[in-house]
Amino acid sequence: MNVFGFLGQMFAIALALLLAPLLTGWVNQCRAWLQNRSAPPLLQPYYMLHKLFLKDVVLAHGASPLFRFAPFVVFGCMVLACAIIPTLSTDLPLAPAADTIALVGVFGLARIFIALAAMDVGTSFGTLGGRREMLIGFLAEPALLMVIFTTAMISQSTSVATIVETLAHRDFIIYPSLAFAGIAFTFVSFAENARVPVDNPATHLELTMIHEAMILEYSGRHLALIEWAASLKLYAYSCLGLALFFPWGIAEGDSFLGLLLAIPVLAIKLAIGGALLAGIETINAKVRIFRAPEFLGTAFLFAVLGLLVRLLLEGRV
Amino acid sequence: MPALLPIDALLIAACAWLVLGIAGLVAPRNLRFISKTLFPLGALVGMMVGLVALGFLGESPEVAVLAIGLPDLPFHLRLDNLAAVFALLLGFASVGISIFAAGYFRKGEGTAPGLMCLQYHIFLASMLMVLLADDAYAFMVAWECMALSSFFLVTTDHRHAEIRRAGYLYLLIAHIGAIAILLSFGVMSSGSGDYSFAGMRAQSLSPFWGSAAFLLALLGFGAKAGLLPVHVWLPEAHPAAPSPVSAMMSGVMLKTAIYGLLRVSFDLLAEPLWWWGVVAMSIGLATAVFGVLYSTVQSDMKRLLAYSSIENIGLLAVGIGLTLIFHAYRMESLAALAMTAVLYHCLAHAGFKSLLFLCTGSVLHATRERSLGKLGGLIHRMPWVAWLALAGVIASAGLPPLSGFVSEWLLLQSFLFSPGLPHPWLNMVVPVAAAVVALVAALAGFAMVKFYGIIFLGQMREENLKDAHDAGPWERVGLVWLAGLTLALGVLPSTVIGFIDAATRQLLGTGLADKVREHGWWMLAPISPERASYEPLIFLATIAAAVLLGRQLVRRLYHGRLRRSAAWDCGYVFQSARAQDTAEGFSQPIRRIFEPMFRMERHFPTIRDEKPYYSVKVEDHFWHWLYLPVARLAERGSRLITRLQGGRIAIYLLYSFLTLIVLLLVARP
Amino acid sequence: MNLAVPLSSQLINLFASVILLLAFAMLAQRRVLALINLFALQGLTLALSTLVVAVTTGQTHLYWSAGLTLVLKALLLPWILHRLVRRLEVKGDVESLIKVPTTMLVGIALVIIAFNVALPISQLSNTISRGTLGIALATVMLAFLMMITRSKAIPQVVGFLAMENGLFLAATSATYGMPMVVELGIALDVLVGAIILGVFFFQIREQFDSLDIRHLEKLKER
Repeated sequence: MNVFGFLGQMFAIALALLLAPLLTGWVNQCRAWLQNRSAPPLLQPYYMLHKLFLKDVVLAHGASPLFRFAPFVVFGCMVLACAIIPTLSTDLPLAPAADTIALVGVFGLARIFIALAAMDVGTSFGTLGGRREMLIGFLAEPALLMVIFTTAMISQSTSVATIVETLAHRDFIIYPSLAFAGIAFTFVSFAENARVPVDNPATHLELTMIHEAMILEYSGRHLALIEWAASLKLYAYSCLGLALFFPWGIAEGDSFLGLLLAIPVLAIKLAIGGALLAGIETINAKVRIFRAPEFLGTAFLFAVLGLLVRLLLEGRV
Repeated sequence: MPALLPIDALLIAACAWLVLGIAGLVAPRNLRFISKTLFPLGALVGMMVGLVALGFLGESPEVAVLAIGLPDLPFHLRLDNLAAVFALLLGFASVGISIFAAGYFRKGEGTAPGLMCLQYHIFLASMLMVLLADDAYAFMVAWECMALSSFFLVTTDHRHAEIRRAGYLYLLIAHIGAIAILLSFGVMSSGSGDYSFAGMRAQSLSPFWGSAAFLLALLGFGAKAGLLPVHVWLPEAHPAAPSPVSAMMSGVMLKTAIYGLLRVSFDLLAEPLWWWGVVAMSIGLATAVFGVLYSTVQSDMKRLLAYSSIENIGLLAVGIGLTLIFHAYRMESLAALAMTAVLYHCLAHAGFKSLLFLCTGSVLHATRERSLGKLGGLIHRMPWVAWLALAGVIASAGLPPLSGFVSEWLLLQSFLFSPGLPHPWLNMVVPVAAAVVALVAALAGFAMVKFYGIIFLGQMREENLKDAHDAGPWERVGLVWLAGLTLALGVLPSTVIGFIDAATRQLLGTGLADKVREHGWWMLAPISPERASYEPLIFLATIAAAVLLGRQLVRRLYHGRLRRSAAWDCGYVFQSARAQDTAEGFSQPIRRIFEPMFRMERHFPTIRDEKPYYSVKVEDHFWHWLYLPVARLAERGSRLITRLQGGRIAIYLLYSFLTLIVLLLVARP
Repeated sequence: MNLAVPLSSQLINLFASVILLLAFAMLAQRRVLALINLFALQGLTLALSTLVVAVTTGQTHLYWSAGLTLVLKALLLPWILHRLVRRLEVKGDVESLIKVPTTMLVGIALVIIAFNVALPISQLSNTISRGTLGIALATVMLAFLMMITRSKAIPQVVGFLAMENGLFLAATSATYGMPMVVELGIALDVLVGAIILGVFFFQIREQFDSLDIRHLEKLKER
């Protein structure tokens, strides 16, 4: 591991930590504009985090140590996820630690911890949220895995860096299977990030909430960490989607110039992606909870279809 | 004096287990002597078995002949690498379980402790002998000893009718399986009269007879392992048995069936056909989906784990099927990858499932309650058990960085190569099978969250749970040992693969170890680092660093203040333990989405009910589709035969006489 | 491995995949109007794909069929169907006899079958678009599935038309299209068929006050 790679890795993590709340703020702002509301400031998520960190933690009487431990684990998982997804450069020393399958595992680990924490205090909404989260998870996880299988078959590798390198820096080829995978991935990321057709990040209506129901009992720094982790998750999913389906502009190897160029490219891509996300959220209505499995089942089937198309049209491995 | 050979050491261990068992009979009611002396000694022997097997791995096979049994038919024994991997599993898993058992058994529960000790140690010794057997005769003797001793262990609490029923069912299916295995051996010896495994290896069977032998073996070992449709004994027997026995059966005994299947399909049958793999994989997929769906809807904690075991056995069968397919097409390096996944999952499952069963044992002791609906909040009273169970839960859900993930990862990696198969249907269908595997793994997470969340988290659902006590020191040691194994298997995959690779090499002629060793012990890259890599230690370290740094920074920059207060719950005042999800409530989405998969009896309350209640009972379709019709048929058949029964001795003598005459006429040379 | 594949072939593959995607979307769609729009989109994609084949191979009659497809399937038929829906005042969701996810699972199985059945045929062919034969076959099968599983009349007609789309794709991918006369004939058939079915719908509704074709079950002799 050379020094440059190490610095690049640290920079990528720091950038993720700093940029993630901004992305959330940007999406919120776009949503407000599209819905004809006056938008909160762009930096609102930062103010939120600061405020929450300043506040005392108010812990329910029935909370166990697991409840206090879980936000840190979720946060740690998301940091790792952001560390191995190429945002600026594919030269990441941490990338061999976890390939795409392990990446799905990281998200799964975070999910289990937050669902368990939701059940810990023993309130009706907590368990409801935990159950719903696992419901979304058990459908989203295989769909995501199948998306990854399709990309892995194209690049003959499950390592994120190799996949992105293959897609970004070889001759331009149209992969029809990626169209299927891309749609499936979009579906999954909406479900995983508690976005509108499945969940509503802004809701506090008891019957509809999933993510919010799980974190009802959290306060102070714990809540701040969970919110931050949610932002990081959105950032990670956006970057993963961009890296898999629009990989152009990511620096190859350790060229400093490429890295410098990659920053504005990433910013532009994220801005467009966030605006699109807000747009899709605006034109869709939230489905009722038992339509969500259908939504995700469709994603799963599209991903499998992508795999099949890959096998039929694009030659054998 | 020749040095002590490993095979001799293992034989001595088997004898030692037997001696310990018999020693239990010396003072069958002296609980203190038996549990605090004999069981720990049994654990020591288990440690020895594990270490000897570990040391043996990579050596060339050793044979021995025991002059017991029938004249001219001695026991042939052989220790090779495949057997050693499973002996390793048996030894190390039994260490944890025996130590736990030292603290587990209480006075006045069914069978006398001395008898129990005998049955338990015979069970262990016979499992070891199954692994060492090198002819059909020795194998079947050991196999039957294993079945019988475990039957007696299952029916320890034989005063309950349902436990006797579970034991009967287990015995019945075990014997159907044993008959199938016996027939399979018969086919493989193909009339030569030589029932040693060496003789069977030398036979070259025609594809038809080879397939017959394979299918019989799949049925026979499948009945022991719990493959569909001969799985029904498993969810009955596991909850009935005392927890250490459930742990031993689920963690180790099911693996002996996997061992048998591997032995037959890769060692004794020389030429596998590709469709064997398809059969094994299809049954495996069906079993895995069935097992995981049923495990999510159970309300009894041990039943939940039993169904989860069925799921894991299904995944193992999928792996074996994939290995067979690759092997049949001579893609040996890929077959080695899938085989490694299978062996790894055997080890991993032995660790985490034993751990979880033992945890349910502690919970059962502390609360006298198996039903999930009456538990809850035990993390406050039983922190040791709760935190150690968390390790088992994460591993069982197939999540990094623990053991279950490694085998799942290897299996998915080998699935990624399946489009390269030279068969036009397989290369499309097999990758889709990977999608089902992914779904199963994700559903396992759902089941495990239910298991853990309902037992250990939340508010206590019953008043008497306040008196629950944590596991005792012996139990803690056993649990820590198994959790340690789970962690070690999770973070040191390359080292472990270096050990078990000898078995892969023996069966397929090639292994993974060389490639894995190239990249250092901390990294798992079975093909090349560009293709795929996983570094669990760095993975763990990164998350740990983020957790610690985050915690320190927050405390330094802000503060660490904390207040306790009542739960918020959106401001609802009425917060009782009854407001939480029940076990049935938690799995309601699964029951709804996969409704056709279950046979449900539900009672819905109506407005007019005086005491409204909701109840749901989920039953197995197979009972109604397969077992009850067969049972009815058998009953009708026996009723016909009853007519022969007249009660007069003269008639019976006439039957015998007629039989004799017919035999004399027919059996003339 | 794909470096030798020319861009035109890649484009054709892409369009074919989009057609398959739309076929699945139609299978999953619950609303009648959205279903018709998806059908129009499928027609458009089909026209584009034919156009690419035409440009690459320089066969003039393919230009004609591309144009015909565009006019007929992307514009005219959807317009007729839209009018029909408005006139018949069909409301609400498309009812499905089987649950949508189950249908989709069956669809996946059909795709696997279609791909494998088409594989030996496409190896015989030497057109640039031969890879899409499997997709064409899958589209036909999925349309068939849609006709089987839907209980209302209009989705059935859409399924019928989508099936024709699949056949057209199969023709272009295997042999660069059918002779012009045949193609014109089929196009006319489809158009007339759609119009007749439209008239037929009015009759069904007069008779049963509903477009649910399950009512037709009553017509059998007792």
